[in-house]
Amino acid sequence: MDVVARIADLIRETSSSLPDDVERGLRRALRREEKDSSAAVVLRTILDNVKLARKSGTPLCQDTGTLTFFVSESLRRKATPERIRRAVALATERGWLRKNTIDSVSGVSYDDNCADGAPVIHYVASARPTVTLLMKGGGSENMSRQYSLPDSALGAGRDLEGVRRCLLDAVVKAQGYGCAPGVLGVCIGGDRATGYETAKEQLLRPLDDSSDDPALRALERRVLDEANSLGIGPMGLGGKTALLGLKIAARPRVPASFFVTVAYMCWALRRRTMEIQG
Amino acid sequence: MTVLKYPFDERSVRALKAGNAVSITGRIYTGRDKFHKYVADGGEMPVDFRDGALYHCGPVVVEENGGYRVVAAGPTTSVRENPYEPDFIAKSGVRLIIGKGGMDAATLEAMRRHGCVYVQAVGGAAALCAASVRKVAGVSLLDEFGAAEAVWHFDVVGFKGVVAMDSHGGSLFADVAAASKRRLAALLSLEEYAFNTGHR
Repeated sequence: MDVVARIADLIRETSSSLPDDVERGLRRALRREEKDSSAAVVLRTILDNVKLARKSGTPLCQDTGTLTFFVSESLRRKATPERIRRAVALATERGWLRKNTIDSVSGVSYDDNCADGAPVIHYVASARPTVTLLMKGGGSENMSRQYSLPDSALGAGRDLEGVRRCLLDAVVKAQGYGCAPGVLGVCIGGDRATGYETAKEQLLRPLDDSSDDPALRALERRVLDEANSLGIGPMGLGGKTALLGLKIAARPRVPASFFVTVAYMCWALRRRTMEIQG
Repeated sequence: MTVLKYPFDERSVRALKAGNAVSITGRIYTGRDKFHKYVADGGEMPVDFRDGALYHCGPVVVEENGGYRVVAAGPTTSVRENPYEPDFIAKSGVRLIIGKGGMDAATLEAMRRHGCVYVQAVGGAAALCAASVRKVAGVSLLDEFGAAEAVWHFDVVGFKGVVAMDSHGGSLFADVAAASKRRLAALLSLEEYAFNTGHR
């Protein structure tokens, strides 16, 4: 199979099949809720939807989102931007993607989901020749945010306690909007642009991993537990799970800036990696 | 799980409380941004909503063998219809509003006055919502609004949701938001946590 067809398949798989670790997280969340609570009803509905979408090969969510590709440097000449765009156009034609790309000036739809800057493609260093796709919908992207510390309303200073305050604030603000239970990708530091990029990259980490840095690892655990103690629950209807995971990374900053950037992801965390052998 | 069957009479709708899980069977009509504006501007009701259900949804529908098939039909965010919904409820006699994210205090008050509830469908559950649509019985305003905004006549079986706003002033969103803000203020030792999430 040629590269275009393989990437189109990757798109279909990513769109219709939720990763195992996310599905396990949803099942764990369901076990924690009382049997006939609204939280349990919502989680069961989500899990039924996951099963059905996988079986029928149709999109899990109608918002097939922004497509971000992370491609190994070694595949630069094989998985070219032109071929990736052809795969996106093919996947759109087959109904695996919604017509979801709008010109920001004219308001006109790019019916094949391809334009200058769409899909988003990053060539990255990696040990194996892989293509990774992340699909993130607009409802969740609207709930991503960036804090600049200190923040007096939150009592947040330039330390990890300040970061903790921002993260809990982001979870409270997303309730009812970003479809919970979600996942937070977080970047401490960097400039504004690398902050968002690094935060989003954290969404690629498996849900059961934790940071190599002991201080960040402790913060990930603590804030995850605290966020789930807020009573927000699935879809903001109340319950014990607002977050399935929380992934923090840190980047160097300049003395004048201290950004905390949060990439909010809904339960439909669609990510998948495929290997392309030379 | 409370089973609701079309037509939805006032007594059964008034018996629902915020937090009840429901399973809906029978006719529901979609309607979103263009539809609400059209009715507010004096447009004629394309269908009879009395004792019926309005679903905030822009489905993906394909034409097939002279009929229609629904591919994806999850809920869209309801807050955009806040300015129109109280009047719509009064004028149309609708009993169920189905959507995502909840609506404002004026809509909650209209629901109390006229006997209507808000049902939260599960965001993102597009495949499942589509599968509960057994038949597309018709469509109104298709040429005028396009497929994503038209008023589709869906016959559904076992469409799942949770009553998030009831006809007695109860709102799950408002309760959960208030409780979570109190808990956060306590966690952060703040006198007051002032952020307004939009659910009043």
